[in-house]
Amino acid sequence: MATSSERSPPPFPDSEDQDVLDPEDVGGRDSDEEDGEDLFLSPSDPPLADLDTPLPLANQPIEVLMTPPSDIMSDLLIEPISCQSEIQSASEVVTEPSDDFVDLTNNLTEEAADNVAAAAQDTAIISLDEPSDDFVDLLGSETEALQEEAVVVVDVPADTATDKSEGMGSDTDPPGEGKEEVEEVEEVEEASTAAVFDLIGDSGGESDSNTQQSPGIDTFVDPLVDLLSDTPPAAEAQKPSMATIDLFNEDEGSDLFSDPLLTMSARQPQKSLFGETDEDLFGEPLGATSKKTINKEQKDKTVTIKAAAVGGGINITGPLQEINPAEAGDLFTEEAVATVPSVSSTSTVNSKTNGVHSEEETDIFAEATVELSLDSPRSERKKEVMAKPSAPAPSLSATASLAKPQSAALEEMDEEEEEEQEDQFEIFVSVKDPEKIGDGMTAYMAYKLSTQTTLPMFRTKTFTVRRRFSDFLGLYEKLSEKHGPNGYIVPPPPEKSILGMTKMKVGKDDSSSADFVERRRGALERYVQRVVNHPSLLQDPDVREFLEREELPRAVSTQALSGAGFLKMINKATDAVSKMTIKMNESDVWFEDKLQEVESADQQFRKLHALVESLVVHRKELSLNTASFAKSAAMLGSAEDNTALSRALSQLAEVEDKMEQLHQDQASNDTFSFAELIADFIRLLGAVRGSFDHRIKAWQRWQDGQAMLQKKRETEAKLLWANKPDKLQLAKEEIAEWEAKVTQYEREFDRVSATVRKEVIRFEKEKAKNFKRQIIKYLESLLQSQQQLIKYWDAFLPEAKAIA
Amino acid sequence: MEEVQEGASAPSVHGHNIKVTEVVIDGDTLTFLIVSQKLSGTGEYHVYRIYEDLEWLQHHLFSQEDVPGIQGVIFPPIPAKPQVNASAKVMKQLGFLGLGEWQPYCKALESFLRQVASHSVLKKSKAVEIFLTSADPPGRQRVRKNIFNRLSQAVGEMRKEGHKDVDEFFQAARDQNLIITGCTKSATERFLDVVLTEQKIAVACGHFSAALHLCVEAGEDPDKQAFSSICVKLSEVFESIKKNMMSTAENNVSTLGLGLDLESRYQEAEKEMLFRRTCKLAELETARRNAEKAKPVKKAAMEEVKKAAETEFNHICGVAKQEIARYEAARVQMLQQALVQWCEKQLLTARESADQFDQCLQGFRGMA
Repeated sequence: MATSSERSPPPFPDSEDQDVLDPEDVGGRDSDEEDGEDLFLSPSDPPLADLDTPLPLANQPIEVLMTPPSDIMSDLLIEPISCQSEIQSASEVVTEPSDDFVDLTNNLTEEAADNVAAAAQDTAIISLDEPSDDFVDLLGSETEALQEEAVVVVDVPADTATDKSEGMGSDTDPPGEGKEEVEEVEEVEEASTAAVFDLIGDSGGESDSNTQQSPGIDTFVDPLVDLLSDTPPAAEAQKPSMATIDLFNEDEGSDLFSDPLLTMSARQPQKSLFGETDEDLFGEPLGATSKKTINKEQKDKTVTIKAAAVGGGINITGPLQEINPAEAGDLFTEEAVATVPSVSSTSTVNSKTNGVHSEEETDIFAEATVELSLDSPRSERKKEVMAKPSAPAPSLSATASLAKPQSAALEEMDEEEEEEQEDQFEIFVSVKDPEKIGDGMTAYMAYKLSTQTTLPMFRTKTFTVRRRFSDFLGLYEKLSEKHGPNGYIVPPPPEKSILGMTKMKVGKDDSSSADFVERRRGALERYVQRVVNHPSLLQDPDVREFLEREELPRAVSTQALSGAGFLKMINKATDAVSKMTIKMNESDVWFEDKLQEVESADQQFRKLHALVESLVVHRKELSLNTASFAKSAAMLGSAEDNTALSRALSQLAEVEDKMEQLHQDQASNDTFSFAELIADFIRLLGAVRGSFDHRIKAWQRWQDGQAMLQKKRETEAKLLWANKPDKLQLAKEEIAEWEAKVTQYEREFDRVSATVRKEVIRFEKEKAKNFKRQIIKYLESLLQSQQQLIKYWDAFLPEAKAIA
Repeated sequence: MEEVQEGASAPSVHGHNIKVTEVVIDGDTLTFLIVSQKLSGTGEYHVYRIYEDLEWLQHHLFSQEDVPGIQGVIFPPIPAKPQVNASAKVMKQLGFLGLGEWQPYCKALESFLRQVASHSVLKKSKAVEIFLTSADPPGRQRVRKNIFNRLSQAVGEMRKEGHKDVDEFFQAARDQNLIITGCTKSATERFLDVVLTEQKIAVACGHFSAALHLCVEAGEDPDKQAFSSICVKLSEVFESIKKNMMSTAENNVSTLGLGLDLESRYQEAEKEMLFRRTCKLAELETARRNAEKAKPVKKAAMEEVKKAAETEFNHICGVAKQEIARYEAARVQMLQQALVQWCEKQLLTARESADQFDQCLQGFRGMA
């Protein structure tokens, strides 16, 4: 799956562009949001200042939070409310804090962006599920309630983000792969950070609207009443999230749309904070916004709902982890209903964070990575969605419509993921028409390489190129250089055969030379097919070039006994020596067992290969003998005086001739079904061992690094003893450097180990599958030849009986 | 022309169902148990014979001086001497008969005895009766001597082989025999090669099948188990391929192989008969020349000799013509039978194997 993330760029080449575009969208959205706010404030008037106001909200809380790290929670809870009040008054402050905010937001946004991407699914679902009609009515009321929450949420994230911006590295890192990808995503979405920033701004704006609209709630009383049931869910979502901080670890954060962000940044601190914050937030925001009965009702309900939500959240967590559309959808729909579109955007962000969290925490790296790779497009969509919510009334329908495309897009993605599974069957490479080019010792064989594929990564469905043998070797060189050290099992091509080539070059046209060419052709075909069946190798540009490009640069250093080849041989020899000298302290039983298995399998296969080869020799002999028997039978027939007997004997000669062909086919069937298959696997086992060696090398590097680190530490101790502060500094730096290296090496080793493991498992699966397929093919042909034999005998029997 | 000789009587056993039911290997010698049914009704003769007894029998058949035209008989060919732990050269000489656990040899022996016991002339010999019924082994004392005229045959062969025949029929028979003997011999040898190779394949399949069993890996891992079961199944497949090959080879031996072998030996026997006749012819011609050139004093004696030779030659020719006609009919029938049986057996084997392969194939397809 990690590979899929690497792959993702090609499928979505536009993603970055879209990201770039996002800011514009955001801008548009901003304006939209303003409109939305206007609606709340005074349906028709759009106060442009709103945008600014939200920012202050966020900034202020952030500042507050920043300063007292431990007390922040209480502050936060209180602050949102205060913020609102402040916001109303302090729109001036906005400009100054904005800078800080930007930084913070960057951190936040990155996380958010990632989260958002993951959550995009959720949002899509939400939008789909929304009852658009209700939504319209509710918009006003919902937005209020939710906006407040959203504000709070935003603030908290900001704070937490600030706190954790440093901590992030460590916290988020644990999922190694996931993290790397997250980082990538972050890069990709730096552009989008702005958008996220906007989102926050929006939420802020909404918060403004909330504060302002708290009076307006009255107008919406009716809807609220209706919504009450709906709004609570939203509240639930948030509250549970806070309450369930503990649960976050368990991924229950799904409910916690706001929390996810928090959890992202400050997981542990949050726990304490949230426990308090939950109640506070709910109580206060609600209280602040609603002094009316309805609000109180909301409170009560929210409280009750909290509990319910917590329960519900727990239940839901499972599904959310898996990003179960249905349940997530329900939750989100409620939320969405509760929240005005604009708010929903924020909620989506949060919800997305939830999704991400769940994934990261669950260690479902595979899924996480896949989804992360899809992030950029999703985030775009999100932004669009968010832009639309800003204008509540129109947006509703718009969101609905958008949501559909989104969901559709998501489905597409799912399909693509499925396709990845089936990829293997969607590309067929055949190697045909071996042709001798040139004369004398410079002659070489060229093969026609035809590819048939339905994969979108190729421009056309079928294409054909000509490649010579050394090109195949060149491809292998490149691939093994690139992927070998990472623990991948690169399928090896057939070896160079000086004898076979020389025969071919000399132009001997006997059967052994034809046999050689055919064997090699088959081996090359299987080799290429194995390469393209490998999901990671298929993505390699060299492979694509090899399959597609008309002219390849001449592969060098593949000459059988060229200087480079000689060097390689020496390298291999030294490798072998170091392999023997490196006594790896194998801590992993799995690898130990596997290595032994591979060794014994290698021996077994070699034995099998020898046996099959001798079987093939016998079959060929049988074919020859049958042929000569046919000849003498024919002679006997012609010498025979008795006409009936003579006739029967010549018939017999014909039958034997046919049988000779049958035996010959059987011989080649044995050869190509078994001998070559087994030879392939012997080669592959070599590659498997190679990947084991690479793992050991990685381990060695790690050990060396540790030894070096140890040495540096000793020097440091010595320097400390000798009291040489100037050098001590240097030593410290070196230690830091080596510590980093060691952790890197260790991680690399772990990565290589994981890859090797995965590859070996894949290899074994392939092995069983391959054998089964080949055996079925073999049996089919065996059966066919047996049936042919029956036919021959059946035809001959009356001839024999006719003698009299 | 006369077949029935005074004093001679048919053996007291059925000629057509003599059986060689058992072969006992004792050190270097093979002892055969020969079972024949009494003509008189119930009851069987069980006699143990060694190869030397067979030679004794053949010698007595050859040397029935009192039977006119005995030299015109195509004596049923006796199989070559079997040897335990024979050298490659001897094995090659034995051909098909050396295969397996001597069953083919017993078959050949059986058919030899049947031919002798059913032969219109030979069955009347006392030796046959003794050989088949006497509890005591016949003349083991005269073992070596009875290679009577073979050596002289070999010496005179080169000279007399090309001797022009006076009779077109015999000339044609000789020419035909010369050609077909070579062809049959080579066909037999080639066919033997085929069978040997088939046996090698069977052995190779057996090895492969056994080696596959070693590939079975223990473990809970489903992939491993899948592979192991593939190996086991494939091993079964090769086991059945091996059996198929074995029975194919056996079919080859027991039908066409033996048929060709017998045919080949019979043709040799025919050749010998023809050669004996040619020798007689040469003798007769010499006698004639001698009689013409002879001085009046000796003329009468010479004429006598000539006359005797002429009568004998005529006897031989008469018997030979009959024998050749009989042999031609018999060999066509024998070969036809061999071919039909061969074909039927191979069909059966092929069908069985096809069924087995089909089952294996279904088994593989059915695997998850």
